[in-house]
Amino acid sequence: MKFSEQWLREWVSPQLDTQAIADQITMAGLEVDAVEPVAAVFHGVVVAEVLTKEPHPDADKLNVCTVNDGSAEPLQVVCGAPNVAIGQKVPFAQVGGVLPGDFKIKKAKLRGVESRGMICSESELGLVDDASSGIFVLPSNAPVGEDFRVYMGLNDSTIDVDLTPNRGDCLSLKGLAREVGVLNRLAVKGPTCDSITATSDDTFPVSVEAPEHCPRYIGRLIRGVNVNAVTPLWMVERLRRSGIRSIDPVVDVTNYVMLELGQPLHAFDRDNLHGEVTVRLANEGERITLLDGQDVALRPETLLITDDKGPLAMAGVMGGEKSGISANTQTIFLESAFFTPLAIAGQARSYGLHTDASHRFERGVDPDLTAVAVERATQLLLEICGGDAGPLNEVKSTLHLPEVRRINFRAKRLRNALNKSLPQQEVTDILQRLGLKVEVTEQGWDVEVPSWRFDIAIEEDLIEEVARIHGYNNLPVRRPVARLALRANDEARVTLSQLRHQMVARGYQEAVTYSFVAPELQATLLPRAVSPTLANPISAELSVMRASLFPGLVRALEHNLNRQQTRVRLFETGLVFNGPLDNLSQTPMLGAIACGSRYPEGWTGEHKEIDFYDLKGDLESLMELGGNSQAWRVEAADHPSLHPGQCAKVFYNDREAGWIGTLHPQIRAKLGLKVDALMFEVRLDALSEGAVPAFEPLSRQPEVRRDLAFIVDETVPVQALLDVATQQAGEYVKQVKLFDVYAGKGVAEGYKSIALGLTWQHPSRTLNDDEINQLVSAIVAQVRSEFNAELRS
Amino acid sequence: MDDLPTLVSEARNAIASAQSVAALDEIRVRYLGKKGEVTALLKGLGKLPHEERPAAGERINQAKQTIAVEIDRKRETLEQSALNSRLAAERIDVTLPGRGQPSGGLHPVTRTLERIEGLFTRIGYDVEVGPEIEDDYHNFEALNIPAHHPARGMADTFYFDATRLLRTHTSPVQVRTMKEKEPPIRIVCPGRVYRSDSDLTHTPMFHQVEGLLVDEDVSFADLKGTIEDFLQAFFERDDLSVRFRPSYFPFTEPSAEVDIQCVMCGGDGCRVCSHSGWLEVMGCGMVHPEVFRHSGIDAERFTGFAFGMGAERLAMLRYGVNDLRLFFENDLRFLRQFA
Repeated sequence: MKFSEQWLREWVSPQLDTQAIADQITMAGLEVDAVEPVAAVFHGVVVAEVLTKEPHPDADKLNVCTVNDGSAEPLQVVCGAPNVAIGQKVPFAQVGGVLPGDFKIKKAKLRGVESRGMICSESELGLVDDASSGIFVLPSNAPVGEDFRVYMGLNDSTIDVDLTPNRGDCLSLKGLAREVGVLNRLAVKGPTCDSITATSDDTFPVSVEAPEHCPRYIGRLIRGVNVNAVTPLWMVERLRRSGIRSIDPVVDVTNYVMLELGQPLHAFDRDNLHGEVTVRLANEGERITLLDGQDVALRPETLLITDDKGPLAMAGVMGGEKSGISANTQTIFLESAFFTPLAIAGQARSYGLHTDASHRFERGVDPDLTAVAVERATQLLLEICGGDAGPLNEVKSTLHLPEVRRINFRAKRLRNALNKSLPQQEVTDILQRLGLKVEVTEQGWDVEVPSWRFDIAIEEDLIEEVARIHGYNNLPVRRPVARLALRANDEARVTLSQLRHQMVARGYQEAVTYSFVAPELQATLLPRAVSPTLANPISAELSVMRASLFPGLVRALEHNLNRQQTRVRLFETGLVFNGPLDNLSQTPMLGAIACGSRYPEGWTGEHKEIDFYDLKGDLESLMELGGNSQAWRVEAADHPSLHPGQCAKVFYNDREAGWIGTLHPQIRAKLGLKVDALMFEVRLDALSEGAVPAFEPLSRQPEVRRDLAFIVDETVPVQALLDVATQQAGEYVKQVKLFDVYAGKGVAEGYKSIALGLTWQHPSRTLNDDEINQLVSAIVAQVRSEFNAELRS
Repeated sequence: MDDLPTLVSEARNAIASAQSVAALDEIRVRYLGKKGEVTALLKGLGKLPHEERPAAGERINQAKQTIAVEIDRKRETLEQSALNSRLAAERIDVTLPGRGQPSGGLHPVTRTLERIEGLFTRIGYDVEVGPEIEDDYHNFEALNIPAHHPARGMADTFYFDATRLLRTHTSPVQVRTMKEKEPPIRIVCPGRVYRSDSDLTHTPMFHQVEGLLVDEDVSFADLKGTIEDFLQAFFERDDLSVRFRPSYFPFTEPSAEVDIQCVMCGGDGCRVCSHSGWLEVMGCGMVHPEVFRHSGIDAERFTGFAFGMGAERLAMLRYGVNDLRLFFENDLRFLRQFA
């Protein structure tokens, strides 16, 4: 809501400068977005009269005029505007004057003709943004010689308030003035408007079929109006300062009254109405062509203004194209109605519309304003366009009008809420100035909420009003008091923060990628994934929920590779979304992606690229954080986005918990990535489960170590061999360590050598050679039989 | 016997010219060894007349002592210089960088969230999280935002169907927590939120932290105290001015926007604060009785406050980041600045 400060001051004028008013209403909850002068900086412009006009001898499009600017002699000026005419009053920039943009007016010669000043257009004066054609023609009674700024009242500011949706009552000068009045404890006075005495008997029949949506409807005919009359400059200026362009006097008056009082009005051409005006919901299949030319298929819950031939307007939103005022209109049907907020709410938006009217009706227009506004508009229309007004034709359903709300406001509740005792008199005064009817009671106040405050219904709303006007920053400050209760703390649990910091310690940067991804990318990486799709995505690229962290991480990797980053290590934590909406899982995961050299480029000469085992080491470091790494297991498996030979499924307590592997070379090629990328993602709930340490006494006995090397088929997974060796190694085995895996010279083609170091220790005695030899034999025998392995000599 | 001074002087010369510990050992053997020249003299004492022996013996022992001391002294010198040359040879360039994996870093948003969580958990708040695909009830209805409420226009919502959506704020976690737990409740809820808005200053996803305190006798003054403390602690500025402006959120009443004195210009006015000297940093208010009703909490007995803030906004102000979109590009050159 934009308004002119001068206009406000006609209602209420506190002893505050512009900025102070803006600050004051901001601090009362009506946030001022901008305060701007209503006109750009210029001076040396006066009202002048065009005395003569002759064609320029050497230029087709120029005229040579003389003007009277109030000085002794008429001045000769060259003017290029096509609309200049003798007798016009115009803004005239004198020699020595300065126009917006620091444009200095000097004596000049245009095609050989002397010009001493300049007749100005609105855009040259910075009054409008668009380069309007032609000079600004002023009313004929404009006083020659008067400073143009003074004449126009341009030493004024526009204040733009960004109102919250609960304050529909402030979408008018009347409402804003009321607030300013309360804040400054000043009386507020608006323009007076008595009821118009009807000078014609003409009425047009109205019926309301949906009184629950339109409890009050007033129609009035005004005949013999001159719709081609000129809107007075003061009204045009006030509209302009509120950001509304002047159209014609009828539209201008309805807009003006809407700004002044807050009641949206609509004017129809009587001659385009047939039968009866009916307010009703749309019928199936009905259509309307709106004022803006849009043809709209109407839904049945849309409230309409109709006549016998069909829809005339979308009630409270926008008029129809056919029923509007035209240059030939003789009689207007002026509508002023109260549409309930629920009838209008969401309607405009659902059709992609947003109008000044719908904005107000959605938030609530004062139902007591319906008649006042139509009288005010009639008064202005008669002044400007002439004509004869008929009587008001009102259809009202008291039953459906908003109920008067009464609230018992307890002083104790107010005191407890604010930690402050406000004097009863102050509270009463604030409430009364806000328009509430107040009765002081023993416990506090009984109040009646005014019809324009749709946002006040309960005690807390009144607490806010009092606090707001008293000033939030004048209220006390304290710190909450609480009992110091210890809370449970699961020691086994690994926190998300610990996991993140572990990744950081391993050299990873944390990424945050969007939770919605491009469907093509997700389909490429996870062809079998099912995840919800947004009905209204911001773009196709961000339209499907990620079923895995992989798509986002791959994109982030790509972004960095495209920016000369060759060594990338990124991780992310967050939800992934799997399944259809009705059976959806939102699972927290931790994922990582890496590429490039194992260590940053440096002086040590180590330039190996990272491989699967680097990434697996990073993953294992997460698994070890909880102290129960034995619960984890990986198995070779196939994943659509991973290299079939370098891919594993991760299990936690035998439940699937994630994946690790190298990005599939085909997918890599498809995505245009030039390097190998390695990725993993694991369920955070599994990573978070740890164990509380359980002490095992330290043995004082010596350890015994035996090393065994087996030759096995190269396809045998080492883990299987380790598992068998561990099983057979007896109860005193401390460690089964893999210390070498070798293939090549000395080992037959298709085989590999696996070297294990086994360590035993008894808690209380020395283990003898026989015992150990027996265990070793058992291991060798079992490994031999299960894997067809040979002991390497 | 009379050659003793000569012998000592010869030994001294030999010691002085010895170049190594090994050479010195040879000298020791030559003079002091079992078959050494001084030892031989001692052995020869027996041949002297009885009364001469003590004096001669003392002279020889003195000579032996002298030589031994000289040898030790020389040994120390030699060892020291041997050590010195070894140390010199082993000198490395300690300015070369260390070996191994450099540390990574947290995302600035996580860094900010962890900091905020830390400030609140230290005084007894718990961290709660919730689903990001929410239903209309928890995201709107339970928060006193019925269908067609104009406030629904405040947040452009991403929908999946008529009732399921991406949460537009972390406030649904409040509702879920209040349904489960009895007051006193003190929680902070960090997380991702979504709004269908994308331009210079909006991204379709961002992070919020919501705070909630419900107990008996919680007032607006407690809210003000908590927020002031938090903002001063977050920006590490005890003198940071904080102001409360009336505002509107359907789920709080009274509601307030919170401004801080601009941390960029100190309140003098700059581009960041649009020359107002103030920066809007969060919203807050007293929990609306309707929200309590939906959550099964007695609004006559309990009161509470809630607040919510954007993590990116706070991170931008704290670290001077001037472009919101950088948070989601995951450019290493950006991320590394927050390690």
